[in-house]
Amino acid sequence: MTPENRSAYWKANLRLLAGLLTVWFIVSYGLGIILVEPLNTIQIGGYPLGFWFAQQGSIYIFLVLIFTYAISMNGLDKKFEVDEE
Amino acid sequence: MSNLDIWTYTIVGATFAMYIGIAIWARASTTGEFYVAGKGIHPVANGMATGADWMSAASFISMAGLIAFEGYGASVFLMGWTGGYVLLALLLAPYLRKFGKFTVPEFIGDRYYSQTARIVGVICLILASITYVIGQMKGIGVAFSRFLEVSYDMGLYIGMGIVAVYAVLGGMKGITYTQIAQYVVLILAYTIPAIFISLSLTGNPVPQIGLGGSYAPSDGAMTLLGKLDAVVTDLGFKEYTTQVMGSSLNMFVYTLSLMIGTAGLPHVIIRFFTVPTVSAARYSAGWALVFIALLYTTAPAVGAMARLNLMDTIQVGPVGAEDGNLAYADRPEWFKKWETTGLLQFEDKNDDGRIQYYDDQNPEFAAKAESFGWKGNEMVKVDRDIMVLANPEIAGLPNWVIALVVAGGLAAALSTAAGLLLAISSSISHDLLKGVFMKGISEKAELTASRVSMIAAILVAGYLGLNPPGFAAGTVAIAFGLAASSIFPVLMMGIFNKKMNSAGAIAGMLSGITVTLLYVFQHKGIFFIPGTEFLAPALGMGPDWFLGISPNAFGAIGALVNFAVAFAVAKVTAPPPEHIQHLVEDVRVPRASSGAASH
Repeated sequence: MTPENRSAYWKANLRLLAGLLTVWFIVSYGLGIILVEPLNTIQIGGYPLGFWFAQQGSIYIFLVLIFTYAISMNGLDKKFEVDEE
Repeated sequence: MSNLDIWTYTIVGATFAMYIGIAIWARASTTGEFYVAGKGIHPVANGMATGADWMSAASFISMAGLIAFEGYGASVFLMGWTGGYVLLALLLAPYLRKFGKFTVPEFIGDRYYSQTARIVGVICLILASITYVIGQMKGIGVAFSRFLEVSYDMGLYIGMGIVAVYAVLGGMKGITYTQIAQYVVLILAYTIPAIFISLSLTGNPVPQIGLGGSYAPSDGAMTLLGKLDAVVTDLGFKEYTTQVMGSSLNMFVYTLSLMIGTAGLPHVIIRFFTVPTVSAARYSAGWALVFIALLYTTAPAVGAMARLNLMDTIQVGPVGAEDGNLAYADRPEWFKKWETTGLLQFEDKNDDGRIQYYDDQNPEFAAKAESFGWKGNEMVKVDRDIMVLANPEIAGLPNWVIALVVAGGLAAALSTAAGLLLAISSSISHDLLKGVFMKGISEKAELTASRVSMIAAILVAGYLGLNPPGFAAGTVAIAFGLAASSIFPVLMMGIFNKKMNSAGAIAGMLSGITVTLLYVFQHKGIFFIPGTEFLAPALGMGPDWFLGISPNAFGAIGALVNFAVAFAVAKVTAPPPEHIQHLVEDVRVPRASSGAASH
C-alpha cells in the first residue's frame, strides 16, 4: 500500500466517523437531552417525542449507526484493497 | 417444599448443570484459548456473549427500578450504557483487534513503548474491574439468599464455585460459551414477564410498543404514560416523563461519562479480541448492541408499568377520599412476602389502618396532605429492586416464571463476574508476570500461571463479596468513572494520534484517574472511609460543587483532563520513535502488511 493510498483510506475513514458521530451526538444529547422539552410537545403514539428519543429512539439509531459503519468500512476496505483475504 | 421452591431449584439447578457441562466441553489447552478463545468466535456468538458479559446484576435487577422512580431522568443509563457501543465499534474495537494481542495493558505497553505505561494500565484496569466485581458478588449472594433459603454467604460460595469451574478450566473459551447460554436464560427471564404485563395494561404484547400505547382500563381514553403522569403528580411526585436527574447539564455529563466508561471497560474490550477478523469485530459490536437493546428497550416499559401497578395497588380510589387508600389489612400476598424481606416497609403514621404513599418532601403538596389527615409517607421503604423481582407476582404470573427470573438474575451476575475476573487475571498473568517480572516463562507455565491468578482473583472477589466495604452500594457507577477517565482516552489517542508519546499517555492516565477519584473522595470520603469527606463550602466547594455535577457523573470531566494533560505533556517531550508511528499506521489498516508477523 502506497503512503498516498494509506492516507486517503484513513481520511475516508475519518470522514465516515465524523458523520456517524454527529448523528450519535444529535440523537442522544441533542434530541434526548437538550431539546427534550420542545420535542415533548409532539406526541408519537402515546410517547412524548423527546422522551421517546431518550428511552427508545436513540438506542435504535445507535444500532443503525454501528451496522452502517461496519458495512461502509467493508466497502472501503475492498476499494483500497486492504480487506482481509 | 412449596411448588415455587421446586420450580426454583429445578430451573436454577438445570442452568448450573448446563454451565458446568459447557465448561468440561470447552477446556482451554493454550494461552491463546485461555485469553482470547483462540480468536475463533463467530461475530454473532461473540455479540451474544458480550451481551451477557455486559448486562450485570445491576442491569437485570436494578435498572428497571431506577427507571420506575427516576422516570425520564433515568434516560442517562439507557443512553449511556448503549451509546458507548457506538464509540467502542467506531473508535476502538476494530483497531485493537488488528493489533491482535491478548490484553488491554499489552496494547498500552507496546504502543507507548514503556513498561511503566503498561503497569499504570494494569493498575487502572484492576481499580475499575475490582470495584465492578464487588457489585456482582453481592448480586449473587442476594439472589441466592432471597430465593433459595440459603444464607448470603452460602450463596456466594456456590456462585464462586460455579464460576471457578468454568473460568479456571476454560478461560475465555469456557466463559464465552457459558455467557452465550447465560444470555439466553437472562433475556427470556426478562422479557417473558414484560410481555405479560404489557398485555394486561395495554393490550399489546410488545413492551416497546405498549409503553407508547393506550391504557387498557381507560378504553383508549388515556395513554399509558399520560395515566402514569397523572397518577404520580396527583400524589405530589414529580411528573414521570419530565423529571430530570439533577440538571440538564448533569444528565449530559452523566450520559457522556457512562458512554466513555462503557467503551473503556477492559472486560468488554477483550471480548472483541476473540473474533477472527477486523471486519468481524465491527459487526460483532453491532450484534452485541442488538442483544443488549432487547433488554434495554424493554426496561423502560417494565419500569413504567411496574410503577403504575404499584401506585394503583395502594391508591385504590380518588386521592383524599376516605376510602381512597388501600386498607393495610387488605394488602395483597406479594406485598406481605416482600415485607418479610424488608424491601417493602409500611408504618401507619396517622393510625387510620390505610396506606398513604405520596411525596412528603413536596412543599406544594404538604397542605393538601394535611387536609386529608395524612401524617407523612407511610411506605417508608420501597426498594427499587422490587420492581423486577416482584414483577411476576404483582402481575399474577405462574411460579415457573418467578423461578426463571431467579435463574436470570443469577445468570446476569455470574456472566459479568466471570468476564471481569478474566480481565483481572489475564492482566496479572500476562502483563505483570509474562510481560514484566518473568519474561522467560514458557507457554505451558504461563497457562498454569493464568489458572492460578484466576483462582486468586476469584478468592479476592469472594472475600470482598463476603466483607463488602461500606461503599459497595455505589461502586458500579464509580467503575465507569475510572474507566472513562483513564483507559478510554489512552487507547483512543494511541490509535488516532501518531504523535502521542509515552510521557503524555502516562501523565494523562494518572491525572485523569486522580482528578476523578479526588472528586469522588471529596463527596464520599477518602477511600470511602466515613467522616473523611472534605467538601469546603466556604471555598465554593459544596455538594456537586463543580457545575452541579454529581460524583458518579464525573468520569467525563476526568477524561477531558486526561486528554488535555496528555496533549500538553506530549507537546514538550520527545515524539514517539519511528517504529511506533509505523505500528499505529499498521493498526489503522485491516489487512496485515507484508512481512508483519501475525500473533
